[in-house]
Amino acid sequence: MRGLSLFLGCLVPNRYPGIELATKLCLAKMDIDCSDLPGASCCPAPGVFRSFDKTSWLTLASRNIVLSEELERDVLTICNGCFSTLADANHIIQDDEKAKEKVNIHLLKIGRQVKGNIDVRHIIEYLYQEYGPEKISSFVERPLDVRIAVHYGCHLIKPTKDRGLGNSERPVFFDELITALGATSVDYPDKMACCGAGGGMRSAMKERSLKMTEAKLAKIQEAGVDCIVNSCPFCHMQLDSGQDDIKELTGTEFEIPVLHYTQLLGLALGFPAEMLGIDTSIEKNRKLMELLDSQLES
Amino acid sequence: MDEMTGENININEQLKEASTNALRCMQCGVCSSSCPSGRHTSLNIRKLVKIAGRSSDILKSDELWMCTTCYNCQERCPRGIDIVDTILKIRSISAYHNIILPEHRAVCQMLLKYGHAVPINDDYKIKRTEMGLEELPETVHKYTDSLNEVKELLTSCGFERFTEDNTDENKTMENTA
Ligand code: SF4
Ligand code: SF4
Repeated sequence: MRGLSLFLGCLVPNRYPGIELATKLCLAKMDIDCSDLPGASCCPAPGVFRSFDKTSWLTLASRNIVLSEELERDVLTICNGCFSTLADANHIIQDDEKAKEKVNIHLLKIGRQVKGNIDVRHIIEYLYQEYGPEKISSFVERPLDVRIAVHYGCHLIKPTKDRGLGNSERPVFFDELITALGATSVDYPDKMACCGAGGGMRSAMKERSLKMTEAKLAKIQEAGVDCIVNSCPFCHMQLDSGQDDIKELTGTEFEIPVLHYTQLLGLALGFPAEMLGIDTSIEKNRKLMELLDSQLES
Repeated sequence: MDEMTGENININEQLKEASTNALRCMQCGVCSSSCPSGRHTSLNIRKLVKIAGRSSDILKSDELWMCTTCYNCQERCPRGIDIVDTILKIRSISAYHNIILPEHRAVCQMLLKYGHAVPINDDYKIKRTEMGLEELPETVHKYTDSLNEVKELLTSCGFERFTEDNTDENKTMENTA
């Protein structure tokens, strides 16, 4: 198996550094060979940039891929958007010789050439396919007996023809990675529904995008969970800080903690909340941590 | 539409080409009934598919930008129409004719300036160091040479057209589309 390079994207390092740290701590603890990817840029985000201009989208994505090719490592993403852009771009480079030639004309100007000889991975499918729930369980130092609403997000699994992770109507792989940590994955209506942020909607039509978020959060609240777990900082932002926006807009309060899977994994591997960027000065997070602490004592 | 100028013939041709697949649509409505956006916004994706190649009016509709690209419709369409890919192609045509929402233009400006759609700021620099991370991440933020590479590539691809607000072209569009 080739080693990995960690592709950070924008939101993780610049808004959710806790997810960056959680990822690095988990990978190190599990002894997964993963290096930095110095000089990487925005993936670029599929919502706006892919919509606008495929050439610049593909060229910039290819530059990020080249950086990892030069390290002879596969790219590891921790964001559904980055995964979508880099995996799709990588397939185009691998399957479409003409597109690759065109991109390489641009890349030549910065002295680089894309080859198409590495893979792009997402941490969820990587952990599932290369380790599997049982092996993940064996790393757990602190089983987490909590009820979790899993949010897959759209681009981890769709379009299914490109992702190859099976059916998108009722997938189970992410849920299995949750139960591997001792937690319960709670089923809820519209579990596979979009968070509302994608396609440039959050940036240009925030209020309307939050209506989708509110509908989803209401279903999650009805199901009765201790927290939401996602695989994407963009969904994370929409579901988490979206709760504050919704409170301001409509007065509806949800108070559901939101964690990226790497943060949940970090807790199960025994790291304290503070090291994982889980802000316990926020009431809802404090309650979650108290619940977990009470389990340690009992 | 008063007269067919070179510009709008071009647009109509481009729209037709982008939406050839959508001609297979049988207007069953599986797409719209699967659409999370349609439940809460004015987007009716079945209608959008119907008008996709027929009129440049689609470029002026807000609905074109109400799709989150969740792919539900495309996954379920019984005719196998690549609905989202069609939307993306039509959005590109829109962007090329300078019909760009101001917020999206701002994101493009960020990318060209910083190499990140969401760049770091002082608050998060502090947050990073407090957590024990380096102040700047291992990205273009830390390496000027890398940022310059990104800028050079974007220029090479003609990306500046999306960052410059060309109001004259906007006016042309209003008259022709
Ligand atoms: S699901 Fe497909 S065939 Fe049915 S209305 Fe939508 S685009 Fe047309
Ligand atoms: S991809 Fe867009 S149009 Fe299709 S179901 Fe999702 S939000 Fe609706």
